[in-house]
Amino acid sequence: MSTTETQKIEELTNKEYKFGFVTDIETDSLPKGLNEDTIRQLSAKKNEPEWMTERRLKAFRHWLTMEEPKWSNVTFPPVDYQDISYYSAPKNKPKYNSLDEVDPELLETYKKLGISLEEQKALAGVAVDAVFDSVSVATTFKEKLNELGIIFCSMSEAIREHPELIQKYLNSVVPITDNYYAALNSAVFSDGSFAYVPKGVRCPMELSTYFRINAANTGQFERTLIVADEGAYVSYLEGCTAPMRDENQLHAAVVELVAFDNATIKYSTVQNWYPGDKDGKGGIYNFVTKRGACRGVNSKISWTQVETGSAITWKYPSCILQGDNSIGEFYSVAVTNNMQQADTGTKMIHIGKNTRSTIVSKGISAGKSQNSYRGLVKITKKAENARNFSQCDSLLLGDKCGAHTFPYLEIKNSTAQVEHEATTSKIGEDQIFYLNQRGISTEDAISLIVNGYCKEVFKELPMEFAVEAQKLLSISLEGSVG
Amino acid sequence: MLLEIKNLHARIAGNEILKGINLKVNAGEVHAIMGPNGSGKSTLASVLAGREEFEVTQGEIIYNDKNLLELSPEDRAREGVFLAFQYPVEIPGVSNTNLLKTAVNEIRKYRGEQELDAMEFLTLLREKSKLVELDQKFLSRSVNEGFSGGEKKRNEIFQMAVLNPTLAVLDETDSGLDIDALRIVANGVNKLKRKDNATIVVTHYQRLLNYIVPDFVHVLYQGKIAKSGGKELALELEEKGYDWIKNGKAEVVNA
Ligand SMILES: Nc1ncnc2c1ncn2[C@@H]1O[C@H](COP(=O)(O)OP(=O)(O)O)[C@@H](O)[C@H]1O
Ligand SMILES: [Mg+2]
Repeated sequence: MSTTETQKIEELTNKEYKFGFVTDIETDSLPKGLNEDTIRQLSAKKNEPEWMTERRLKAFRHWLTMEEPKWSNVTFPPVDYQDISYYSAPKNKPKYNSLDEVDPELLETYKKLGISLEEQKALAGVAVDAVFDSVSVATTFKEKLNELGIIFCSMSEAIREHPELIQKYLNSVVPITDNYYAALNSAVFSDGSFAYVPKGVRCPMELSTYFRINAANTGQFERTLIVADEGAYVSYLEGCTAPMRDENQLHAAVVELVAFDNATIKYSTVQNWYPGDKDGKGGIYNFVTKRGACRGVNSKISWTQVETGSAITWKYPSCILQGDNSIGEFYSVAVTNNMQQADTGTKMIHIGKNTRSTIVSKGISAGKSQNSYRGLVKITKKAENARNFSQCDSLLLGDKCGAHTFPYLEIKNSTAQVEHEATTSKIGEDQIFYLNQRGISTEDAISLIVNGYCKEVFKELPMEFAVEAQKLLSISLEGSVG
Repeated sequence: MLLEIKNLHARIAGNEILKGINLKVNAGEVHAIMGPNGSGKSTLASVLAGREEFEVTQGEIIYNDKNLLELSPEDRAREGVFLAFQYPVEIPGVSNTNLLKTAVNEIRKYRGEQELDAMEFLTLLREKSKLVELDQKFLSRSVNEGFSGGEKKRNEIFQMAVLNPTLAVLDETDSGLDIDALRIVANGVNKLKRKDNATIVVTHYQRLLNYIVPDFVHVLYQGKIAKSGGKELALELEEKGYDWIKNGKAEVVNA
């Protein structure tokens, strides 16, 4: 890169995180520390039934026997799990009938983020279950969904109101013993969302949740469960931003999806947690377990994610293709800038016959960041005629960043057709100059190239989300390149 | 005068490539710059377009009463300078249409004009693609990606037609073109010619000049304009070869 370009990159990189602010709301928190007592207190604070408390304890006991995974391509100082408070809820507990009752300070927070509930309510077809820190404070569009028999509520509410569904499906895709962070989450999860779409129902609106981490030093452990019964369809949007913090905040969410015969679940994420300052200080650690089970024939689960935030991301939304003819998809844009580290990808486990999976991963690295794709395609013995297509592209901006690709293939059935394509490219000075010569500024040139590069993924996002994603990408790269 | 280059010296990687170029171009004129490989033709084109790798050490360039060297590459383009690249780059994922829409509107914004709406823009594209007989399918394809050498060159002239420059520099647009494509490209350039714009055609073959007839021909040799003349100079060069200039040059030096 030429010196002016490098300068420009640095100049832009130095722009600050736009969503960095702290809302001053009194919180009701548990003291720091993690032991059986804290878990009992947490469960009690949430008025949970005994079976839930027991589940949490079981997970906790298992977690104690596990070790933090070391295999991902990221490095970070050890997390002190005793230095985290595992519960934080805004005071003046939820259950508002209208927005007027909501803490104005909270509404102000949403406004700053451009996601005010008023706005959201006005947005046709979007039901919002806003999660502020650990507890849901507002739910909209509920009645409409009720009419169709669709359940969409916070996880806490689901545990109380729909225990039979939760007992049946929670941890049915990601077992307590699955991995270190999932076990931790199962022990201490704070809240999250639950959606159930009954047989033959097509959810008429995008279900959407905004997550937000607010109270300092509070680990955030979201738990999401979505079940689409036979022939059901649901599209779920997850999006988040977080205010600026000095200390690293751990986020270990678990998302489970279950799709029965002929059901489709589309899960889209735009993730923009605080990535830390330009020296890497302060960002969010995002260690997430996301997994979907295509249990029924012809079922389909599609993950689409646009990841721009977090200091460290460790995340592999996966599909278990059990049902014959089931389909798994993974479309991802992962942007890293400055000192960010991302190790992300997917796992496609083919079990049923004629199962198909598609993986499109677009990594963009800028600054001094490291961006790794890690993907597993597993074709089990009985998976006749399974097909997979994977495309993993890396785009480098500048020459101090890194992109890595780790594809793993396990093929136990000879009828499998597996295709893998990978490319690494760099936004070249000559490309930028070419666009400059056509009257386009360097910043616009980069945005044009990057958006072109991500096109295949953006087109999978619901319209309004795609626009948001593009904006987010510009914001995070505005910071980074050209 | 549209363009005046005065005693231009430029270097790259410590090597002086342009060693005192003088050139005047009036609106309405076509100038041809010829010269052997490595004589500095593309360097001159790059310096005009504002490529930063080339360091201008001496001299000035006045374009439309402005100091061209002070403008950023994008502002030069917005002021009407267009370069048809010798080696057009591929930009995967960015369609020709998208590039041109952004370019046209950025240029219009700079000039205080209203942006074109989708319909106006498409009409413009259709009209201009006819001018260079470019198949509509190229509009939605990624810029130059997988284009043949000839298609890339034709695409450059198409972009030129859409952006409607005041000063167009065509760097070896003829190389890689078969005779039919050459005719189409030349035709396009001729049709875009107006009283208030000018074209600098860089080539090292006389062939193109049968189709785009220059008012002036300059021979660039070792970073200097060694000879200037009318269109017959191109024919003379064709006949005698560049050695003629090299020897002629030697004679001058000896004299
Ligand atoms: N990027 C570069 N780095 C170093 N030398 C260069 C570069 N570009 C051009 N040159 C040198 O400048 C001289 C003129 O090149 P160029 O302007 O491309 O010539 P022409 O277009 O007349 O063939 C050549 O000797 C070439 O090697
Ligand atoms: Mg050249």
